[in-house]
Amino acid sequence: MSAVQDNWTGAKTLVDPRVPMRWGAFYVAEFRIRNMLKWVSAIIAFGLGNPVLYLLSIGIGIGSMIKNPIDGVPYLTFLAPALLATAAIQGAMDEVTFPTIEGFVWTRVFYSMNNTAISSRQIVDGVMIAAMTRCLLQVLLYELILVLFGAIPLASIATLTVASLLAGWGFAAVMLSVTVFIKDDDGFFAIVGRFILAPMFMFSGTYFPLTSLPIWLQWIGWISPVWHSTDLGRALSYGHQVEPWLLIVHVLYLGALGVVGMLTAYPQFRKRLAE
Amino acid sequence: MSEIKEEIMIRAKGLRKTYGDFVAVDGIDFEVKKGESFGLLGPNGAGKSTTMRMIASTSLRSGGELEILGKDPNHFGPEIRAHLGVVPQQDNLDRELKVWENLMTYGRFFGLKGKWLKAKVDELLEFAQLEEKRNTKTDELSGGMKRRLTIARGLVNEPEIFMLDEPTTGLDPQARHILWDRLFRLKELGVTLVITTHYMDEAEQLCDRLVVMDKGKIMAEGSPAALIKQYSSKEVLEVRFGSENNKSASEKLKGVGDRLEVLPDRILVYSEDGEKALEQITKMGLHPITSLVRRSSLEDVFLRLTGRTLVD
Repeated sequence: MSAVQDNWTGAKTLVDPRVPMRWGAFYVAEFRIRNMLKWVSAIIAFGLGNPVLYLLSIGIGIGSMIKNPIDGVPYLTFLAPALLATAAIQGAMDEVTFPTIEGFVWTRVFYSMNNTAISSRQIVDGVMIAAMTRCLLQVLLYELILVLFGAIPLASIATLTVASLLAGWGFAAVMLSVTVFIKDDDGFFAIVGRFILAPMFMFSGTYFPLTSLPIWLQWIGWISPVWHSTDLGRALSYGHQVEPWLLIVHVLYLGALGVVGMLTAYPQFRKRLAE
Repeated sequence: MSEIKEEIMIRAKGLRKTYGDFVAVDGIDFEVKKGESFGLLGPNGAGKSTTMRMIASTSLRSGGELEILGKDPNHFGPEIRAHLGVVPQQDNLDRELKVWENLMTYGRFFGLKGKWLKAKVDELLEFAQLEEKRNTKTDELSGGMKRRLTIARGLVNEPEIFMLDEPTTGLDPQARHILWDRLFRLKELGVTLVITTHYMDEAEQLCDRLVVMDKGKIMAEGSPAALIKQYSSKEVLEVRFGSENNKSASEKLKGVGDRLEVLPDRILVYSEDGEKALEQITKMGLHPITSLVRRSSLEDVFLRLTGRTLVD
């Protein structure tokens, strides 16, 4: 084996900065995915176990008591898009919040990336690409179970995937722009879990149509990416009746969350790394 | 006729960094030439690490001018960083990845190809003497091993400037000496070194030239030998009269040597010839309990310039 100094070319000829300046986001994503692979069995077990438990308890358990079709379809079919949106949001969120606190505080690995040719913007993009990869995996696993339970037809997979990934991206982007401010955990995850995620998952027309809530509670659904994605998914998967303008609003709202979240995250990441 | 122009790798002029009202770096000037080994010394909070991070083109300056590899880091951060190697003060390795994966992923951040990196990782593992830990989860390494890994990682892109912020803190003496030897070889390859350290023997060993910083300012600049010559005497005589008698003895010693420094436990006599000074003292009828003549070191310069009181 040769020693370091034996084959020294020097960065000047060895490293072309244009390569990482173009592909850096993917290198960050590669790093994140490599890291995720350390937990891949847990991710898959959770990704399969969670829908099975949900479908058995709520879908079939509660669903068996609901004899009349909801929205013209069996309860399980009605429920499926909401469960998918929830899973997508959870999966994407896990992969932006934990890595961000880790990157800035726990291992400071973002600072080591930024010591290379990688820019703050590429770190944001890379973390998001990896999070969406995990999100996609989680959604596909969920859909597999849903198909096996007969909750959704095979044909609706493509549209449901799009609807739930859009929700995952929108919410993850917002979380990214918030997590960048965290100096330490400080109960951040507990607060998000209890005061944001829990109400969002419950009051977004998840288990029953949003319209059956009193009007003063419906606003939670209107601002919730879960509702927008669920309503979109229902329209696309089984023909739930929605005004065409509302479909556009769903897409625009989720897209806007994503764009605003990313555009807020970029300068904040840059600022924190350049301190 | 033809004049070989020395390549300036780092040029700082009036360089400043402030955090709100706090001035971390207060208008410093220095230049580092290609192949030079440049040291930043100073007590904690002197502004060394902040300066390092500005040179590393991550931390943005608040004022002044800075040019790294001929470029302004405010506008060419990634281009400059692509050719730097950085060893931060705090290890920032990924804990979950294996040792080799930490090197591999870091190399990827420079856009280096996987196949080439494979061979490089082997070299770096050898450099860090971590060949046997190749497949160990990084979290399971000892502190010294993590440090060595961080140092080796900084070489993955064969940097033009290799920056080490307190590289040997946490290393045992063996590892320290091996590192010195290897840094010297890198220097022979034309790699420019920028080093901060709290170990004065290390600075004397490694640095061609250094600056002593205190409270964000440069107090002195020069080669270790020149600094010793300028700020200290050739030799130092250390005499002890017992902690109660040091003060009264020092009154009588006035005039011996170039300069006296009275410490709680001993008196330092800075002199060109320590033995002669000791002779002078015994002739005066004073009999120190212990005496020691030694060469003046960078540590004497450092303490003289930055004081003996603790900073934090």
